[in-house]
Amino acid sequence: MKADEKFTYETWPAAPEKQTLDGKNKFLGFWLFLGGETVLFATLFATYLALKDRVPNSDHYLAKDLFEIPLVFVMTMLLLTSSLTSVYAMYHMKNFNFKKMQLWLGITVLLGLAFLGLEVYEFNHYVHEYHHTFTSSAFGTAFYTLVGFHGGHVAFGLAWIITLMVRNAKRGLDLYTAPKFYVASLYWHFIDVVWVFIFTVVYLMGMVG
Amino acid sequence: MANEELNSGNPKVDIEYRRRKSAEEMRYQVVSFAMMIFLTFVAFIAVGYDISGWFTIPFILVLAIVQVGFQLYYFMHMSHKGHEAPALFLYSGVFVAFITLLAFMTIIWW
Repeated sequence: MKADEKFTYETWPAAPEKQTLDGKNKFLGFWLFLGGETVLFATLFATYLALKDRVPNSDHYLAKDLFEIPLVFVMTMLLLTSSLTSVYAMYHMKNFNFKKMQLWLGITVLLGLAFLGLEVYEFNHYVHEYHHTFTSSAFGTAFYTLVGFHGGHVAFGLAWIITLMVRNAKRGLDLYTAPKFYVASLYWHFIDVVWVFIFTVVYLMGMVG
Repeated sequence: MANEELNSGNPKVDIEYRRRKSAEEMRYQVVSFAMMIFLTFVAFIAVGYDISGWFTIPFILVLAIVQVGFQLYYFMHMSHKGHEAPALFLYSGVFVAFITLLAFMTIIWW
């Protein structure tokens, strides 16, 4: 099968992301990358746990003074829902329905943007209300590095998905574009995997004390 | 599962089979999502009720690991065939991650 072959609903293969050698390599390489990402985030989590609440004096706020349940809860729901909408997008990709795939990717992007907006609000709030900044303490540095790196992944993922949607708007689905969409959706799910540990380890454990 | 190569020689049968398979898979995905939302709620409520940290911290960590399992095996399709190498890569990463966390939490003190 050629990468630019034209397909119909009937001839579209069951696993289009792995039909070509290019697709198979992308799939394998991307999972290797995700294994590396796991280690990357582990080092940031480990640093955060070692430096949590390490502040120079009692003027500084600690984790339990900073975090608020409602905001973190809303952010969690937004990102979790965006993970489901990208599942829907891949469902339509497998059914060779390009328009519906684009629609669900669009919804995923909107949810991701809402998440990012809340994170910007959150950081801004900490900096201005609590003087909890990147340089105010070891705790601050570890916190913004970990959570900010995740936010950076969200921003990168959004840029990636938007680029794919725009660039392939006219081309549609074939065996060249299908692996690209599939791999981007894997990345988006991985961002949610990391967030599950962030909301548990940083926010919920921070509020427990 | 839905992801396997199918070829019965009769395209109509294949299409019907695939349509049913992917509808079934979608059902699993929605159930996974409901479970993930439920686990998230339980974790937030456990922290909101302010029970002893000795119980809450291990409890919410277990909930997080279960939820990530749903994400990996259903949303990221690791339960499908052909994910042996991804599992090797991911679990190697998890292994190094575990050692890193262990080292930072036991060797570093103030």
